[in-house]
Amino acid sequence: MSVNLLVIACLAYVVFLFLVAFAVERQAERGRVRWLRSSLIYTLSLSVYCTAWTFYGAVGYAARSGLEFVTIYLGPTLVFVGWWLMLRKLVRIGKQQRVTSIADMISARYGKSNLIGVLVTLLCIVAATPYIALQLQSIALSFAAFTSELNGDGLSDRQDFFALWVAAGLALFTILFGTRNLDANEQHPGVVTAIAVEAVVKLLALIAVGVFVVWVVADGPGDILTRIDAAARPEWAIQPGRWIGLVFLAGVAIICLPRMFQVTVVENADERHLATASWAFPLYLFAISLFVLPIAVVGLELMPSGSNPDLFVLTLPLTLGQDGLAMLAFLGGFSAATSMVIVATIALATMVSNHLMVPLWLHFKKGPAGRRGDMRGLVLNSRRLAICLLLGLGYVYYAVTGGSAALAAIGLIAFVGVAQMLPALVGALFWRGANRIGAAIGLGAGFLIWLYALFLPSFGPGVFLSAQVMAEGPFGIGWLRPYALFGVTTLDPLLHALFWSLTLNTVAFVTGSLLGFPTPIERVQGAQFVNAFDIQAGARGWSQSAAEAEDLLAMAQRILGTAETQRFFQAHAAAQGKAGFLPDTTPQFLDAVERKLAGSVGAATAHAMIEQIVGRAIVSVEDLMAVASETAQIMEYSNQLEGKSAELERTARQLREANDMLTKLSVQKDAFLSQISHELRTPMTSIRAFSEILMDAEGMPPEDQVKYARIIHDETIRLTRLLDDLLDLSVLENGQVNLDIQEARLSDLIDRAILASNSVQPQRKFRIQRDSAAEQVKVETDTGRLSQVFINVLSNARKYCDADAPVMEISVARNEDMIEVDFADNGSGIPFEKQALIFEKFARLTDQMQAGGAGLGLAICREIMINLGGSIAYVPGQGGAVFRVSFPQVLARTEPDQGPVSERSAAE
Amino acid sequence: MSAPQEPLFVARETFRRRRLMDAARLLPVLGLFLVLLPMMWPAPEGEAPRAAREGVYLFLVWFGLIIAAAVLARRLSAVLNGESGTASGEGEM
Repeated sequence: MSVNLLVIACLAYVVFLFLVAFAVERQAERGRVRWLRSSLIYTLSLSVYCTAWTFYGAVGYAARSGLEFVTIYLGPTLVFVGWWLMLRKLVRIGKQQRVTSIADMISARYGKSNLIGVLVTLLCIVAATPYIALQLQSIALSFAAFTSELNGDGLSDRQDFFALWVAAGLALFTILFGTRNLDANEQHPGVVTAIAVEAVVKLLALIAVGVFVVWVVADGPGDILTRIDAAARPEWAIQPGRWIGLVFLAGVAIICLPRMFQVTVVENADERHLATASWAFPLYLFAISLFVLPIAVVGLELMPSGSNPDLFVLTLPLTLGQDGLAMLAFLGGFSAATSMVIVATIALATMVSNHLMVPLWLHFKKGPAGRRGDMRGLVLNSRRLAICLLLGLGYVYYAVTGGSAALAAIGLIAFVGVAQMLPALVGALFWRGANRIGAAIGLGAGFLIWLYALFLPSFGPGVFLSAQVMAEGPFGIGWLRPYALFGVTTLDPLLHALFWSLTLNTVAFVTGSLLGFPTPIERVQGAQFVNAFDIQAGARGWSQSAAEAEDLLAMAQRILGTAETQRFFQAHAAAQGKAGFLPDTTPQFLDAVERKLAGSVGAATAHAMIEQIVGRAIVSVEDLMAVASETAQIMEYSNQLEGKSAELERTARQLREANDMLTKLSVQKDAFLSQISHELRTPMTSIRAFSEILMDAEGMPPEDQVKYARIIHDETIRLTRLLDDLLDLSVLENGQVNLDIQEARLSDLIDRAILASNSVQPQRKFRIQRDSAAEQVKVETDTGRLSQVFINVLSNARKYCDADAPVMEISVARNEDMIEVDFADNGSGIPFEKQALIFEKFARLTDQMQAGGAGLGLAICREIMINLGGSIAYVPGQGGAVFRVSFPQVLARTEPDQGPVSERSAAE
Repeated sequence: MSAPQEPLFVARETFRRRRLMDAARLLPVLGLFLVLLPMMWPAPEGEAPRAAREGVYLFLVWFGLIIAAAVLARRLSAVLNGESGTASGEGEM
């Protein structure tokens, strides 16, 4: 097989990939992307995790360290198997926020801070450049292995040349399919499908070599297992520290590597694909790892000692004369390397353009922000430039350090680098208290320690750090030695750097978050991220503003394209019920525009661009409260409903009670009417009877005449009294009473009342207890009326008190300006159900006529007390019946018509 | 003014679904335990470890995890489907 054939095969393969990507892009443009967006393609695209470092390096790793290589695949397996814990949330947020890269994700969470975006971007570039160089190197090495096998001479200049061509070709492919358009979701179906094809090729190649080794070279699995045990060396033993550390590190890397974030989160079309990938991707890793150890073992056995185990996958078939298999292996390695480079450069170029170039451009083009000119061109071109720069950087890196053993370790070194994003990322997802200060200093601290303790020393002594610094520390400070920070010498350099960088990173992150105070946008974003599954409607960062819809339209057009933008604006205008292309710049609309832009240029840049038009970041606490209140409104509303229904229930209950009382009163009124008729009729009857007798009193003795006349007189008095009562009540009720205000001593009033009430049932002897000291108060009120109340209350006691030895206790108390006189007897009191009725007109405690009244006494008392500015109340629960009469000590001389009337009507 | 709260007890189907989610959360913990187990096996001093046995164990555990994840994912997809079916999903409570 000639070198030319190899080159032609390579070219053919590349053309095939171009065609696949091209066809898919065409299909996507026509909207037929369903099958392209399947979970199978998604899972296969995740295999960019398996780079040339896996394809070639894993066998070398296994040859050197035995089973330790599986940790690199077990970590990701655990993360994917546990997708429900973290990846699902990551993907959900990625979709909600239209995240374009991991830098965008972290910066969006921390208040759309571009500082964080820049920090993450730099970290990713520094970590990824050597990694890209590693891929180029692996292609060059495999090419060299092929050609030296064929020609038997070293071709270092030709291999470098080949690597350069590969880099150029990759740049072309990435630019063609990675920056075709500014997709709203930053998704690249053509690239993803090409990656999926490459994933199949590399898996098939490795399995083919594996099957060849196990079943052709060896005698099947049993034989392989004995060979493994035979080949095992003491240094293959599992070292617990490295084992745990590497499982953890690989698990972190699968989340934090920019290219993995790109395929897992950004290119994800459907959350359900993640469910499939949760087992299918581990299965892929399983399949690709299965034959690694067998190939390594057989390679160690068959290949001459001193040959590079990193290339066993390729050299083993070549040595055994399997040129076709070797070609497949070469293409597999080529696929692994190119897919990683393509995705990594797309991810990094997005970050570079969104977080470095465009913000810089915006910064230098202040003012009206260049109304003309297509921003899309700028963004795309900046990405193209970034792709060329990154690949160029990778190539230069490879060319300068090319062939150095340092590159072999670069995979894990890059892992530790990207792991620095873990605290900020986990904080972003699960801790609302995390803020940008913490994230910035955490990332910064981790980044620096990684550089100092791992990355720079990896170039070997003398390149960046002198051998003296490595051995004795800077300025001879021993505890700052790069591989033994703070005197920790028990860990190997990789774990040492991982331990210190992540520890200090986390401490700085937590401390910064605990001490700092987040901006309003951060708090909104924090709530959105942490509660990604609860919050659907986005909390908004823009308040109603004077932003001109026209300016927004002009700006959005430059990024999204004219047609797309106008469609978008028209749809929103229609949703607001407006015709035309210019919706009101409501906060909702501004937010929608921002998100739409964020899908193309990242959250921080989109935010900055809107800010240019709107004027400033107009999030104030008031706005936040408005945002919060909107969500609260719904709760408020339901609470109001709840409150209203409670109020209705209360009203209904009151109405029911009122109705009950009205019914009772109606019954009483009926009873009273019949009673009053009876009362009026009884004296009338006797008056009529006796007056008839008197009319026929021819021979009646005069003493009889006098007697009958007296009866008639008595009866008319009784009638008059009844009518007086009714009249009195009516006058009091209408407030037409004229009060005769005088000054008197309370004790005198009570004396008079007791005296007057003694005439009621005079046979009953009441013991009366009084508090004469307290009674010595002067009152200024209508003393006659007040006495009338006292008399009534005392008479009632005489009538109704059912005690054998009745006692009346009169006590006087002062309550501010009011005087309270309590009349307490020792009878059985008034039953609860009657208490509400006793002050009503026509109310009677008993149906019998024993009291002899018409049931107007207490009603009159109530009216009098209201007219005197006081009240009379029944005090329940005192043993006997207790009436409390309270009234102002000095009654203001008001117009008789007004004050009392309003009070009375208020009381009813 | 009582805030709306989730019911204390849920229907059988919901209950099963929640336990399914619990299982999905716990599976990586189990996996980690099983993966870390080999490093506690005694290695013969100065001799080569029994790499074949360890390898077979690890790949069996690995495959077991894949099967378990597949079973869980299959049943959890139903949850995800249900979520997208109700449009706003868990948001409305």
